[in-house]
Amino acid sequence: MAAKHSKTPRQQTGGKTPAVGKAKTTASATTTTAASSANTASTATGEVVKRARRTSHRSIREATPVTMDDVLSLASKATKRADKSLLVICGGLSHERDVSISSGHRVQGFLEEAGWTVHVHDMDGSLLPYLTDESTRPDLVWPLLHGANGEDGSIRDVLEMAELPYIGSRAKASRTAWSKPIAKNVVRMAGLQTPHSVTLPESMFRELGVEPVIDMLLGSLGLPLFIKPTMGGSAMGCTMVTEQSQLTQALINCFAYGDVALIEQAVTGTEVSVSILEFDGHPLVLPPLEIWTPSGTYDFEARSTPGPTEFYVPARLDAKTTQAVSDAALTAHRALGLRDISRTDFIVDAQGQPQFLESNVAPGMTDTSLLPQSALAAGYNLPELYTALVQSVLDQKRTD
Amino acid sequence: MADDPNIASKVIKNDPWYSSYATRAEQMRASEIRALFAVANRPEVVSLAGGMPYLGRMPFDKLADQLGDMLRSKGQVAWQYGSAQGDPHLREDVLPIMELEGIKDVQPDDVVIVNGSQSGLDLITRIMCDPGDVVLAEAPNYVGALGVFQSFQVDVVNVAMDGDGLIPEALEETILEQRRQGKAVKFLYTVPNFHNPAGATMSVERRPQVIEIARKYHVLIVEDNPYGLLAFNGQTYPALRSYDSEGIVYLSSFSKIIAPGMRVAWMVAPPGIRQKLVLANESAILCPSNMSQMTITTYLDNFDWKSQINDYRGMYKERCDAMDEALKEYLPYCSWLKPKGGFYIWLKIPQGLNAKEMLPRAITAKVAYVSGTAFYDNGEGADHMRLSFCYPTPDRIREGIRRLSTVIENELATVRLFEPDSGKERG
Repeated sequence: MAAKHSKTPRQQTGGKTPAVGKAKTTASATTTTAASSANTASTATGEVVKRARRTSHRSIREATPVTMDDVLSLASKATKRADKSLLVICGGLSHERDVSISSGHRVQGFLEEAGWTVHVHDMDGSLLPYLTDESTRPDLVWPLLHGANGEDGSIRDVLEMAELPYIGSRAKASRTAWSKPIAKNVVRMAGLQTPHSVTLPESMFRELGVEPVIDMLLGSLGLPLFIKPTMGGSAMGCTMVTEQSQLTQALINCFAYGDVALIEQAVTGTEVSVSILEFDGHPLVLPPLEIWTPSGTYDFEARSTPGPTEFYVPARLDAKTTQAVSDAALTAHRALGLRDISRTDFIVDAQGQPQFLESNVAPGMTDTSLLPQSALAAGYNLPELYTALVQSVLDQKRTD
Repeated sequence: MADDPNIASKVIKNDPWYSSYATRAEQMRASEIRALFAVANRPEVVSLAGGMPYLGRMPFDKLADQLGDMLRSKGQVAWQYGSAQGDPHLREDVLPIMELEGIKDVQPDDVVIVNGSQSGLDLITRIMCDPGDVVLAEAPNYVGALGVFQSFQVDVVNVAMDGDGLIPEALEETILEQRRQGKAVKFLYTVPNFHNPAGATMSVERRPQVIEIARKYHVLIVEDNPYGLLAFNGQTYPALRSYDSEGIVYLSSFSKIIAPGMRVAWMVAPPGIRQKLVLANESAILCPSNMSQMTITTYLDNFDWKSQINDYRGMYKERCDAMDEALKEYLPYCSWLKPKGGFYIWLKIPQGLNAKEMLPRAITAKVAYVSGTAFYDNGEGADHMRLSFCYPTPDRIREGIRRLSTVIENELATVRLFEPDSGKERG
């Protein structure tokens, strides 16, 4: 699929041959944005940024993209599917439990359809015995926990301690992506643009006084603003603020979900989401998906209720902007040190510039979620696509 | 290929049938609150949210034997279609239950079996109400009834209540006001005993007054009575239906006293309405489940169900006392009416707090409740929450209230910080 619009011969990337088969070309996401073009907006994340820069340089230079043929080839290698025991972990105690269970069962269904033996387990007191008992210990884990303990790296730390291979980003990278302000700093250092923002804990308002902080906030960022918890998903606790009078209520809503608020300039533009699957370091950047809602806000209700929301795949952007947003997603994926699967959300502003909002290490996999929608629209068969991802990780014989 | 930026975009409608839905489906939406409740059933969470009766003391071993015998002898009936009006045996069995609350003039033929009271509410609203018609109801109102009324696009007009239930004067004023506006008031919906969520019980003095007002203005009363046998001291109150056989549709259920999973309830209605109810029941479901009905009759015929209910009454009293004591200790600045039966305490939280907006904080603290907003269809109720004491043990109830107190304290601190004027009179 990538061959039709490749711009750079694969050889020029200097990449190693993908483990997944004969990669014929490079594709959309092998270009441009790297640390050399980064602005210097922040140095607050020190070591994380340095690592991200190194990762970003190395990966973008070396990795070659994956084609549909590669995916099919890799899936066809999975000849002993029923012999492998896969475990999907979903549920948990986060605010997104419902979405997580839905994601987990969808993935289970597609993998079983592809012939794998798949079990599903909640994250509870019986999980560790299940993971460590010889009779139940899985060959591979796919953590599909959303929210805290799922995307903050915790469950991945546990899996690493248990020396169980799993699909998805490592614990440290997950923690980086989970904190929206830190992730913004990292991708900014990697050259991406992200809406200007400040990160304020509730205690800051308490210590300095609400009015002076809000005055300074409005003076610095102006209106409209987007208020969200620094950690969380599914747009829970998020509020668009267009008038000053809405600000305090938006902060109260936000602090019900967490102690720290990310207060971001609201950017007007096209909401676009780019999903990436990665096969032993070689990326498959799925076509950018544009989200359109009547209200203009892709809030919890719009995400969770089949309704008037429409998705456009690829996004209704010109070729150059489409390329730019795909590249930006891969840059974010690399800069944050993500692995195997991610979804990065952007607003493409009036100048056609992708503005990074956040990256997700455990993107939703429900029937209305963006990654599967994007993959289906690109012509992928989900059982085989997920099979290729599973087989890729099994082939790597990971211990983390 | 589809990821070529030069090709036309493909539009994927999130719901291809969105434009085809009826207007009444408009209110059927996911919400953050519903999603948050996904964690309420986890053992780590003390759920004070659900109205699930405690079933741990049911004699399931013995019941299993009886049900086995029933299936062996009557399996072909139990698994077959049945009457739209319901199993005659069960319609006879409910008569002595109603007699406990003073209803003594009912024959089996007057009874209609339905799939839980929820289905009964759906049927009565279906046959009585056109879109825009008015239903009067206590405020706050049972959330399940609100859902039915919304689905039939009925205007729910609130009637004030207090610790003695529906206020007769308020009822008359409301009827007159609706008449002045030219509105058709189709019925009054009331839960007179141990109201859900308010916990209040209509006083015996008010019952004939309410009936008299309804008669005077020719307003039908729909009496929903799932909790009437669950007074902590064993007392029963005369059902509204015991005063009047012509102007009342009576609903009662096995859900709170025996088995909610069976989905078996019953209705008693004046002849014309009853006939319509049977036809509507047939139209909606053909017939209630024979298996469920025969499970209930097997239980009623072979076990001392009165003693079982008496046992549950004592247990619910113990749990209500535990919640009341914990509230006094941990949340003395909130206010509530201690109920004399049923499942719920309706807690008023400090001014300025919003129970709906506070729920994520509660879930984080591993305690769940139902925001008061669920019991109104006009956005009111944010200053209340419904706390259920029916399912958790007394120790868990105490722990839940302790957690809730930290949630309220933290939310108070946040609201006071950002909106000091809204909470001036807070405790």
